[in-house]
Amino acid sequence: MNSTTMNMEIYLQLTQFYQDYAAAVDAADWDSWIEMFADDCTYRIQSRENHERNLPMAALSLDGKGMLKDRIYGITETIFHDPYMQNHVIAAPRILGLSPDLIEAQANYAVFRTKNDGIAQVFNVGRYIDRIRQTADGLRIESRICVFDNDMILNSLIYPI
Amino acid sequence: MSNDTRIPLQPVWDQPDTSRIPFKVYTDEQTHQQELEKLFYRNHWCYVGLEAEIPEPGDFKRTVIGERSVIMVRDNEGMINVVENVCAHRGMRFCRKKHGNAKELVCPYHQWNYDLKGNLQGVPFRRGVKQDGEVKGGMPKDFKPAEHGLTQLRVAQRGGVVFASFDENVEPFEEFIGPQMLHYFDRLFNGRKLKLLGYNKQRIPGNWKLMQENIKDPYHPGLLHTWFVTFGLWRADNRSELKMDEHHRHAAMISTRGQGGKNAQTTNVSSFKEEMKLNDPRFLDVEVEPWWNGPTAVMMTVFPSVILQQQVNSVSTRHIQPNGHDSFDFVWTHFGFEDDTPEMTERRLRQANLFGPAGFVSADDGEVIEFSQEGFEQKPFHRSLAELGGREIEETDHMVSETLIRGMYEYWRKQMEV
Repeated sequence: MNSTTMNMEIYLQLTQFYQDYAAAVDAADWDSWIEMFADDCTYRIQSRENHERNLPMAALSLDGKGMLKDRIYGITETIFHDPYMQNHVIAAPRILGLSPDLIEAQANYAVFRTKNDGIAQVFNVGRYIDRIRQTADGLRIESRICVFDNDMILNSLIYPI
Repeated sequence: MSNDTRIPLQPVWDQPDTSRIPFKVYTDEQTHQQELEKLFYRNHWCYVGLEAEIPEPGDFKRTVIGERSVIMVRDNEGMINVVENVCAHRGMRFCRKKHGNAKELVCPYHQWNYDLKGNLQGVPFRRGVKQDGEVKGGMPKDFKPAEHGLTQLRVAQRGGVVFASFDENVEPFEEFIGPQMLHYFDRLFNGRKLKLLGYNKQRIPGNWKLMQENIKDPYHPGLLHTWFVTFGLWRADNRSELKMDEHHRHAAMISTRGQGGKNAQTTNVSSFKEEMKLNDPRFLDVEVEPWWNGPTAVMMTVFPSVILQQQVNSVSTRHIQPNGHDSFDFVWTHFGFEDDTPEMTERRLRQANLFGPAGFVSADDGEVIEFSQEGFEQKPFHRSLAELGGREIEETDHMVSETLIRGMYEYWRKQMEV
């Protein structure tokens, strides 16, 4: 742990932030999702295989809020896909580094997918590797890398994880 | 084909040509087993990987040909070997790591060990065990290790790409690809060393042939894929050509990007979005590379196992790995070239957002394949239609044709004898 000591307030704030994130993506509330990021953010969805072998390829690799907006336009307007619901179960965060303006944290996640005529499936399981800024407006994601364990994506991955 | 709703017992192809494709070719498990035998295990070269994936002696990668597990491994002399991942002793699929480095190949069950060419080196207790001054057990005296190696496949390498075949009598690789397609193969793999960027993998619940057809179908990209049509990457008014080898099994769709935007061609295309502008234009920060020699996209299907992609700066191989008649794994290996600048590597990675299971463009393809399979399964007595551009099979200088699909099925019928 870095210089600043962890306190209950920061931990609760961070936990609430993670649950707010889950609620936003599960509700397909994409405006809220985008607003949780810093303007110069990084967002990646990367297989554990690529991540552990230091291969840069990712299933999705977005830099900056502009790319996040383009992705949302893609999933709502341009990509043809089977509609599905998401349900995120995010474990308690593990804080690895803390300074007055930055939290480095990780949390395991499981995402269940339910299609219109279907039954919930385990869709994507992994770990968020995060850098989260403490700003005057609250917490903002500087970088989120979703490292997933699945060797195969079940056909297509449309919505953010 | 009749509208009879009974499921036919025999493989049916009652049309003289291939402008109608029976759904049964996608739904019948027995047909699938025959395809594995006749198309993947005999007579064809199948993709296994890139030399750049195993740069050092002892490096290996586990992959598949059809539904058989194989290991691509570089030996101490630097040669690339491909062996089947089944122990010669008790048949165990012994290699469990996806990749790694090894001095020898060992089956943990009874520690039979093989050199990196697949030759059997040692058998524990081959000469039995000594007890009370007597030798007990062991292999018979006439046991010949040379006869019990791993199945060694034939290997072909060209431009840094590795193909293998279980068939000892398969024709030379260059003849298999044919001179027309070799031209486009060599355009992409022109001798520069490749740099591995990583993988994207997806499991698509559809028959594997649908993926070949998807890349032999230039009709859909300008309609299904909003990104392609809006930004002019692939649409009917682009300058383009459809080419095949003499057997019509392999093909290339060659296209040169137009200006995008609105014109007469887009008025009937509902996926065209005139108002669509990127918030971040870096997704399409295309830089023309000298080796393109014109075309901005060449999509090549090598039958039956791989698709070779150049879409502007995004280059990749897409490996088709069937599992059953109604599912396949689709493994994308993205790469660059040794002389790429950091900016070019960045560009290739960014443009990769268009492709793969989450791609702005390619996510659509996996979805339509899944739903096509659903349609086939519900009425296997029916057939699909592929007569855009006529019922003949010919090369074209436009993309409003399904000629490449008809060509593939002409070849398929000959091979499958139906």
